[in-house]
Amino acid sequence: MSAADAVPLSETPPVPEDEALLRLKEVSKSYSIRRGLFGERKTLTAVKSVDLALARGEVLGLVGESGCGKSTLAKILLGLEAPTSGDVLVGGQALAGQDRTKLARRIQPIFQDPYSSLNPRKTVFDIVSLPLRIHGIGDGPSRQKRVTEILDIVGLSKRVTRAFPNQLSGGQRQRVAIARALVMKPEIVVCDEPTSALDVSVQSQILNLLSELRREFGLTYLFISHDLAVVQHLATRVAVMYLGRIVEEAGVDELFETPRHPYTRALLDSVLTPDASLGVPDTELGAAFPNPIDPPSGCAFHPRCPKRFAPCDHEFPPTVPTKNGGFVECHLYRERAGASQ
Amino acid sequence: MSAATDAKDLSSDTTGVTADPPLGPGRMAALRGRIFGHAGFMIGAGVLLLIVLLALFAPLLAPHDPYAQNLMMRMKPPVFLGGTWEHPLGTDLLGRDFLSRLLYGARVSLLIGIVAALISGVIGTTMGVLAGYFDGRVDAVVTFLINCRLAMPVVLVALAIVAVFGGSLTVVVTVLGLLLWDRFAVVMRASTRQIRSREYVTAARAIGCSVPRIVLTEIMPNLFNNLIVVATLEMAHAILLEAALSFLGLGVQPPTPSWGLMVSEGKQMLLFNPWMITIPGIALFALVLAINLLGDGLRDVTAPENRN
Repeated sequence: MSAADAVPLSETPPVPEDEALLRLKEVSKSYSIRRGLFGERKTLTAVKSVDLALARGEVLGLVGESGCGKSTLAKILLGLEAPTSGDVLVGGQALAGQDRTKLARRIQPIFQDPYSSLNPRKTVFDIVSLPLRIHGIGDGPSRQKRVTEILDIVGLSKRVTRAFPNQLSGGQRQRVAIARALVMKPEIVVCDEPTSALDVSVQSQILNLLSELRREFGLTYLFISHDLAVVQHLATRVAVMYLGRIVEEAGVDELFETPRHPYTRALLDSVLTPDASLGVPDTELGAAFPNPIDPPSGCAFHPRCPKRFAPCDHEFPPTVPTKNGGFVECHLYRERAGASQ
Repeated sequence: MSAATDAKDLSSDTTGVTADPPLGPGRMAALRGRIFGHAGFMIGAGVLLLIVLLALFAPLLAPHDPYAQNLMMRMKPPVFLGGTWEHPLGTDLLGRDFLSRLLYGARVSLLIGIVAALISGVIGTTMGVLAGYFDGRVDAVVTFLINCRLAMPVVLVALAIVAVFGGSLTVVVTVLGLLLWDRFAVVMRASTRQIRSREYVTAARAIGCSVPRIVLTEIMPNLFNNLIVVATLEMAHAILLEAALSFLGLGVQPPTPSWGLMVSEGKQMLLFNPWMITIPGIALFALVLAINLLGDGLRDVTAPENRN
């Protein structure tokens, strides 16, 4: 795919309407939850009216705390969960009407825990060739060849084809998982925290592998992580998620240099430094993550926000576009939005 | 990383390209090592194998016809209590050779254990896996059925059914098979729920696998360890229940040799010839213990990853 060559590794501009390989339009997902047999039914909204677009060849980093809806969003993209409302468009076509197997050839996942993502009863060959067998691609010998080829690409010797997952290390397992995701040559790969279960030394190898593969095959990544350093390393654009909403979206350098949303700032401040004398950074975030079943009124972030003021606790914040095509959803920038219009 | 604890992991990730991990033969050797290193498994397997062989070759090994009565030779004691080698384990109330009846009785016990566990295994596993995978209504229905079944006293229900249909080997096996599926269902349901949430199942769904394929090729193979353990427990359970039913006169009918029936027939002589109860009792104990040891051993041997 030559498209990859054209994509610079630095920041990517916002995606024009017609170029989006993947687009979410006001996607929401809520679950009905009941505690106990006679408990009251409550609604948990995991994803709230999210708009998101991915251009071919870009890497969109999706960051946020645990429980903010990142993984639910990933499941919706993979077609594993149907959104409660809103549309997911892949290559301009609505996902809702599409055949599951067709979607599977375009979007594949890489999961967090390589100890849970490989079936312990199957050999590496069985695991990596499963997509080919399900989709009826090729015959015996050509599948063998394809599996060997893809294993070589992800840096595994063909000798591991007969190994079982418990004979491999964490890094090797993750390479097998990557091989399985790429064996059908998908366009989009949803990486759900692909390195957080790995050793630091192995993490960087996997990250480098992912970015090489992106260049080589023109892949598009949605890269979900809570580790900002990882996102900075790999992403071209970053979306920050809080309680089911995307509260800020910007190019990677812009976001790390001039974070706008107070939550983004707190996330950046919370990164631990190797210098132990500095201690654990104070993010001023205070109290624990709010209950998603009963989210705060107004801006969902206001109970923890160090900069909250009058409208925050009762008024939903406006979406303020920023000059490079990103946006921030915060009352702090409301005046500026009004002035520029 | 677990590399430090995993002695088999000889490969190094720092090179970027992998070294040779020990493959196929290494795995088999490790399995063999675990099998021979597991005392419980070896004892259980040994005793069970012995009983199976004795039962299979009963016609060749039995010194007498198990049905042949000889009222002149009633209640002869076994060799170690002063009897003769003509009847190594003595004779019963009707003068039938005790050893021969014990050998033929093993056939009845094993047959009942295996067939009852098979019937209940198929019923319980189907219900449990469906409930565990589909959740929601299916789960509610299966859970209700399991609760109904658990509320029934097995022995009482078995007694009632046998009383209605009459006691025979077929009736006893069928009744036990239809009553002992509860543990299969409970265990399979819990294990399926656990495995369903693993990422490899999600990956299979993302690849586009059909539900039957996911259940049969991704989930079922991982249930096998638990299935084996429950199956052995239920086999032992069925053997004991058959003995209990036969003891109460509602199981296998005389003159078929059954260990439970032998205990029952011996009970009138409990005070004078206690060996008439002890010998079939020991046989039952040994068989049930062997099956349980084998089941526990199989779990340990085939699923080393569960112990890490």
